[in-house]
Amino acid sequence: MKTRRDFIKISALGTGAATLGLSALNWNGVKALYAADEQEAVSDEEMTAHATYCEVCFWKCAGWAYTDKKGSIRKIVGNADDPHCKGRLCPRGTGGVGMYNDEVRLKTPLIRETVGGKQYFRKASWDEALGLVTSKMKEVSEKYGPEAFALFNHGAPGSHFKHLFHAYGSGNEGEPAWAQCRGPREVGFAATFGSWIGSPEPTDIRDTRCLVLIGSHIGENMHNGQVQEMSTAIDRGATIITVDPRLSTAASKSKYWLPIKPATDLALLLAWIHVLIYEDIYDKDYIEKYAMGFDQLKTHVKNMTPEWAYGITTIKPDLIRRTAREMAAASPAVIVHPGRHVVWYGDDSQRERAIAMLNALLGSWGRRGGFYFKEKVPVPRFPQPEYPHPAWDWKDNLDGRYPLSSMGITTELLKASIPELGYKHQIKAWMVAGTNLPLTIPDNELFKKAADAVEFIVVVDTMPMEIVKYADVVLPECTYLERYDYIRSASHREPNIALRAPVVKPKYETKPAWWIAKQLGERLGLGAYFNYNDIEEVLDWQLKKLGTSLEEMKKTGVKKFPRRSGALYLHEGEDYEFNTNTGKIELYSTDFEDHGFDPLPNYTEHPQPQDNYYRLIYGRAPMHTFSRTSNNPNLWDLMETNSVWVNPKVADLWDLKNSQEVWLQNQDGVVSEFPVKVRITERIRWDSVYMVHGFGHNNKKLSRAYGHGASDSKLITNVMTDPMMGGTGMRGNFVTFLTEKPGKELES
Amino acid sequence: MRYAMAIDTKKCVGCGDCVVACQTENNVPIGYCRDWIVENVSGSYPNVEIELRSERCNHCDNAPCVRCCPTGASHIVEGGIVKVTHNECIGCGACIQSCPYDARYSHPDGYVDKCTFCDHRLAKGQSTACVEVCPTSCLYFGDLEDPNSDVSKALKNRSWKVLAPEAGTKPQLYFLT
Ligand code: SF4
Ligand code: SF4
Ligand code: SF4
Repeated sequence: MKTRRDFIKISALGTGAATLGLSALNWNGVKALYAADEQEAVSDEEMTAHATYCEVCFWKCAGWAYTDKKGSIRKIVGNADDPHCKGRLCPRGTGGVGMYNDEVRLKTPLIRETVGGKQYFRKASWDEALGLVTSKMKEVSEKYGPEAFALFNHGAPGSHFKHLFHAYGSGNEGEPAWAQCRGPREVGFAATFGSWIGSPEPTDIRDTRCLVLIGSHIGENMHNGQVQEMSTAIDRGATIITVDPRLSTAASKSKYWLPIKPATDLALLLAWIHVLIYEDIYDKDYIEKYAMGFDQLKTHVKNMTPEWAYGITTIKPDLIRRTAREMAAASPAVIVHPGRHVVWYGDDSQRERAIAMLNALLGSWGRRGGFYFKEKVPVPRFPQPEYPHPAWDWKDNLDGRYPLSSMGITTELLKASIPELGYKHQIKAWMVAGTNLPLTIPDNELFKKAADAVEFIVVVDTMPMEIVKYADVVLPECTYLERYDYIRSASHREPNIALRAPVVKPKYETKPAWWIAKQLGERLGLGAYFNYNDIEEVLDWQLKKLGTSLEEMKKTGVKKFPRRSGALYLHEGEDYEFNTNTGKIELYSTDFEDHGFDPLPNYTEHPQPQDNYYRLIYGRAPMHTFSRTSNNPNLWDLMETNSVWVNPKVADLWDLKNSQEVWLQNQDGVVSEFPVKVRITERIRWDSVYMVHGFGHNNKKLSRAYGHGASDSKLITNVMTDPMMGGTGMRGNFVTFLTEKPGKELES
Repeated sequence: MRYAMAIDTKKCVGCGDCVVACQTENNVPIGYCRDWIVENVSGSYPNVEIELRSERCNHCDNAPCVRCCPTGASHIVEGGIVKVTHNECIGCGACIQSCPYDARYSHPDGYVDKCTFCDHRLAKGQSTACVEVCPTSCLYFGDLEDPNSDVSKALKNRSWKVLAPEAGTKPQLYFLT
């Protein structure tokens, strides 16, 4: 019998009901979050709306946070003028208030102490903690040079610390956004069109007639604008084609679902290119006018027929042809979506190249319903001295490897932190701001070794994430609802900016990132870079230059600007120079060739699972952002844990039952720290299992998330590195099931 | 006037935004909910289908929960909205048993609670919190007697179904299929 509690109910017709969300609630912890005397709904007029933009993910939707008469935050809703969200936040943004309410937030600065051989965290004053960080930054600078202090960051707080690190003299910064996420697509598209995709993606989904998703699960990936526009496209009758070994939510809404054999996508892409060219259904005028390298491409794909691809991908030749024709029929209003998290098999830049080339043949770049030309407003820089020139940065450590990386490679910074690896330049200390490296970076041993090796780690976060356990000093940041940040200026159809202003005062002894950066800067004698009393001064100065003011932005939240760069799309027959070596769309990549890489993509075979092993595929759930939201009471309430999806045939073989707890062991013998529940479902191929990323927290401080589910990151020990840009391909890991708790005999 | 909601199962992605938005709008304590998501999977790989439904009280025309309420706390107001007056409710739970849709829950403060179609918002000319938040805009609300309401327009050109019609409750949630 279903209970009222399990409000995400999942039933599989025929195979009985499986339910998510079974564990008991910690009522004490949870109920205390709300002032229980105000049970009834309050109307909007009785509340005050404060302008903010969301920080639960990188989409940064502008919204209004409502406070009641007592000053408590009651709800957060989207800003109707914001192109990122059009007045509708996603579930994480709506539940963002849980980030503020979470009772286990970091509350005071902490300093690691060793007493009698035991280590623990001691509460410290801001003055002491900042003093310690400053002295370490000075010490590292004197002993090794400021370059030896690296910054790992993500999200809005990162920009304040980047400013600090540039002023300090270090350019060693890395975000998982590059090597653990979208780097390859930027490389693939830059080589073809001379432009990155960037964020938000300039995909004209609302006007498309055909959307092709390759392993990209929009709808579970809750990138707000993309989800909203996909829904509009469905309303307008667009054809959706999804390539995925799993019936994703998007696949279930598709006219064609291609349940591909994992790791073979590139063969399918090449076969599609073959069909477009050899059936003569590509956009000839567009290719003739804007592209180079067509003849080489034509020869290159000559034998890459649908029949060839069938043997590799298990997708029938007829289906490959039909879907290619669907794309051609919709051309140029067609999008072969670049995806976002695309570090899969180590040849990801080449796969993304093939996606870009397919779009070129369909004439979709710079066309309505394809990709629009994005534009953003440059925000003027507040007066400051020039940054010093670091003596070296992460690029100098590569010795020619990963030549196409244009953002810091996190994993390379980690390796440079381990002296035995003999990097030319060594990293000696880290600041980690807003990124939970242990659950983000594959190959946990590498992370641990590096963390052990460095002399000092300072962590800035709002939550006691796993990374905090490695810190020498912890600086508690307040949540986005309690602080200012820099102005959001993101590229879009219509250039626009958004303001984040504090809704409430910082809780506990938490502080905003801008304040922390400024304090450290001043203590380091870098006051000239922080020549203001308060960030309000900076924001108001910048906003006035942009023709508005802090006061006005507090009332509107968002401001839009007219486009200056020209139209959204190419005009009929317009001359256009692409930002590539040849000024053309490069079907044959001169840049790749110059760097010694295949100028035209080739399919490479990747390992398939051994007997009794299944490929570990991971993805997103719409109500969580990576591992950072798992303890948010509102979002935890929607999804408390992950499960491992298993095809019924596989379940039969292993005699697995729905909701049974298993441990997963990977090809290198690494076992999941916690058990994970089995979800038997026809939605996944028999050669793979699937898990939502971000669970399996092992920091006991995370009252709700601790021990819930398994961490995919910990099971990813085989990393297939992209030689072009350093991306860490993570889809080459295979797991098997352990139905008994491992090491049980030893314990008893 | 007859308020009703249509839910487009072809667009819903099961994200749960409607659930959180309702919780924050109506101060529903964490651990409880007035609306929820059902995912039905049918077929076998690779011929599999999913139906996603955002469900809530059906504001039934023939509501057993109202008929069985011993105190009159459960009642019907303008537009057919089924409501519970919290301070008249003794928390006996008869209505919870009588509802074929499992749409009611016992609030920890001792009364029974459920979806109100956000009537406090309707009174101000706004739509329900779930309708206004849904990122896929797959929820349509309004007056069935008004042919120009969002819900009437949504139902006009699409096939739809209601849940458990055999229970005879005349439910007012319409699932577009
Ligand atoms: S997509 Fe969701 S989590 Fe991300 S910024 Fe927007 S509302 Fe926040
Ligand atoms: S918010 Fe909309 S898309 Fe998300 S679950 Fe609810 S009805 Fe479905
Ligand atoms: S759905 Fe249940 S609670 Fe709502 S009116 Fe019908 S019987 Fe009553």
